[in-house]
Amino acid sequence: MLSCKHIMTMDDLTPEDIVTILDTADSFKEVNERRIKKLPTLRGRTVVNLFLEPSTRTRTSFEIAAKRLSADGLNFTASASATVKGESLRDTAATLSAMACDLVVVRHKYAGAPQMLAECMDAHIVNGGDGVNQHPTQALLDLFTMREKLGHLEGLTVGIVGDICHSRVAGSLVPALRKVGARPIIIAPKTLMPARPDILGAEVAYSLDEVLPELDVAYMLRVQFERAAQMPFPSNREYARFYGMNAARLGAAKPGMIVMHPGPMNRGVEISSDVADSPRSHVLDQVNAGVAVRMAVMYLLLGGADSGAAA
Amino acid sequence: MALLLKGGRVIDPEVGLDAVCDVLIRDGVIVEIGTDLKMAKGETVDCAEKIVLPGLVDAHTHLREPGQEYKETIASGTRAAAHGGFTAVCAMPNTDPVCDTGSKVRFIVERAADAGVVRVHPIGAVTKGQKGEGLAEIGDMLGEGAVAFSDDGHPIASAGMTRVAMDYLKGFGATLISHAEEAELSGGGVVNEGVVSTRLGLPGWPSAAEEVMVARDIQLAELTGCRLHLAHLSTARSVELVREAKARGIAVTCEVTPHHLFLDEDGLLGYDTNLKMNPPLRTAEDRAALIEALVDGTVDCIATDHAPHAPHEKELEFELAPFGTTGLETALSLVNTHLVATEKLSWADVARLMAHGPRAALGLPPVTLEAGTTADITIVDPEARVEVTREWFYSNSCNSAFLGNKLLGKASDVLIGGYFALRNGKVVE
Repeated sequence: MLSCKHIMTMDDLTPEDIVTILDTADSFKEVNERRIKKLPTLRGRTVVNLFLEPSTRTRTSFEIAAKRLSADGLNFTASASATVKGESLRDTAATLSAMACDLVVVRHKYAGAPQMLAECMDAHIVNGGDGVNQHPTQALLDLFTMREKLGHLEGLTVGIVGDICHSRVAGSLVPALRKVGARPIIIAPKTLMPARPDILGAEVAYSLDEVLPELDVAYMLRVQFERAAQMPFPSNREYARFYGMNAARLGAAKPGMIVMHPGPMNRGVEISSDVADSPRSHVLDQVNAGVAVRMAVMYLLLGGADSGAAA
Repeated sequence: MALLLKGGRVIDPEVGLDAVCDVLIRDGVIVEIGTDLKMAKGETVDCAEKIVLPGLVDAHTHLREPGQEYKETIASGTRAAAHGGFTAVCAMPNTDPVCDTGSKVRFIVERAADAGVVRVHPIGAVTKGQKGEGLAEIGDMLGEGAVAFSDDGHPIASAGMTRVAMDYLKGFGATLISHAEEAELSGGGVVNEGVVSTRLGLPGWPSAAEEVMVARDIQLAELTGCRLHLAHLSTARSVELVREAKARGIAVTCEVTPHHLFLDEDGLLGYDTNLKMNPPLRTAEDRAALIEALVDGTVDCIATDHAPHAPHEKELEFELAPFGTTGLETALSLVNTHLVATEKLSWADVARLMAHGPRAALGLPPVTLEAGTTADITIVDPEARVEVTREWFYSNSCNSAFLGNKLLGKASDVLIGGYFALRNGKVVE
């Protein structure tokens, strides 16, 4: 069981909750390797994927997670929903509430949407990404992958590199790393930093090469060109030169340093193809972990062991 | 008709008055102020334990009519004003259509005479449609009763256009009101850039976006000689710039709002859209600097920026909801609770900041408590208890940042030309 009803930001979770989720995900990961990848655990429970911003990866991951736990899952996407007819988020929430949904995964263009849903629904809310604010299940699957590959989380030095100010992934990963005793360093040109990186609890660096030798994990972020009002650096070439992960930098790093990326990747910008396809890159392991972690989150929020057969 | 305000503490720093005495009014005009006044026939109002002030005026009100009557009307907005102790409001021009011609000013003047309960002074747009491109018919609007000019909420981006407007206004002796916001710097920001924008993942609106425009407009005021009034200043540096400009003798005045005085970004823990303001709530240090500037005279007036919005507009995602809070009905009670009752300001300061300061800044006719002047008077019960609830408002909208507050002190009566607009705390119909 978890200490919270909703997972809207990393603040909702205690360090114990995080360990519970990762341990539970471990057992679900084993299920995902079976030929028959299905458990009866959430039979009769309804999970809604309320995706009001385009998403394929995250939505698919939650959808598969719900199906593998035998929940009745349905997708409510922006293009198919009433929101294009001008319905407010509150009314959408009230409508879903009236249909007695048990858990709602929400992805929204604007920060704070999960909090708004939680105010007007009885269902459990899981934030699937709100604006540039948070994306807690991404942070959880990242922790899962780091723990799996490096054996522990406490004491790891994790460099999060790139578009910090537009990244809900960084918004959740920094506090998540702090909660498990790891050391986050955010690394970016000043134009891609949030106004007050210090309050996030991360160390701040403007030079990747300076901190590279200390890193156990290089977590490369996609540059979100679509969110920036002005081009935040002169060219992709210059960005790649100073902030891109490439073979030369891999060579200069600790031999055990792993490379991660939340996807989708801009190859040739923040990550070169040879690194992306190298054995030190764990991008696909992250995707794989995502299903297990989301199964764990749904299972634990909807009652854990009380909800039916355990994994 | 005669009216005797009996035994109140009558305060007007403009005429050096602060005494428990009586005010005798006949035919809408103050005829005598003194002790133990008698009248042959008329009505006596017991003002014992009350404060009698020159009528308060709000320099910054959005009445929303014409065009957005579902938020507020001239009828409902002026009732809210009376309820809050104001004898007059200055109506911002960002209506639909924008108030940018003499005939639109005349509509507001006529509508206010017809449906309003306090005086309404229209503020005209500086540029046609508040688009920042060509001058609106400023002389025509002045002729129909406009008092000052502003593209409030749509600050004029072009320094050249602003200079032309200030030169033109100077010729008429009229004031330019500047909503100081450099839009490329504030670009889409919804909260103060800093701790809160970082923590809540919301776009930031940096202090510098206000300060560079304050600095620009002060320099243009010096260049043109036009009177400049800076609206709703929110940062420590902005009031410092005004302090410096005043010391150099530039004709600049400024206002601050109750929400910037009494709230700061630390209150924005969640996504309460009633706390979404433009300019945004700043830091506790900024707030302290604004209060200091009130006390030392740098700030000329407290203005509400009363900005009514309907629930369906405010109950949206934070980034989508409109900016603003209502303010007419809570301003005086907030000022008393946080500044007068705590002895940071005196009632004479309140008269300076809420009656004389705004009138001088915008060039309105003065209102004083002395024989021979029009009886525009606000009477305050400083011990009245107020709980701010949705039901308590006369405004059509209840998007108040102060909902749930328990406040001390309230206007009990408002007299306009000797007639009651507010009597015993209730608006007179």
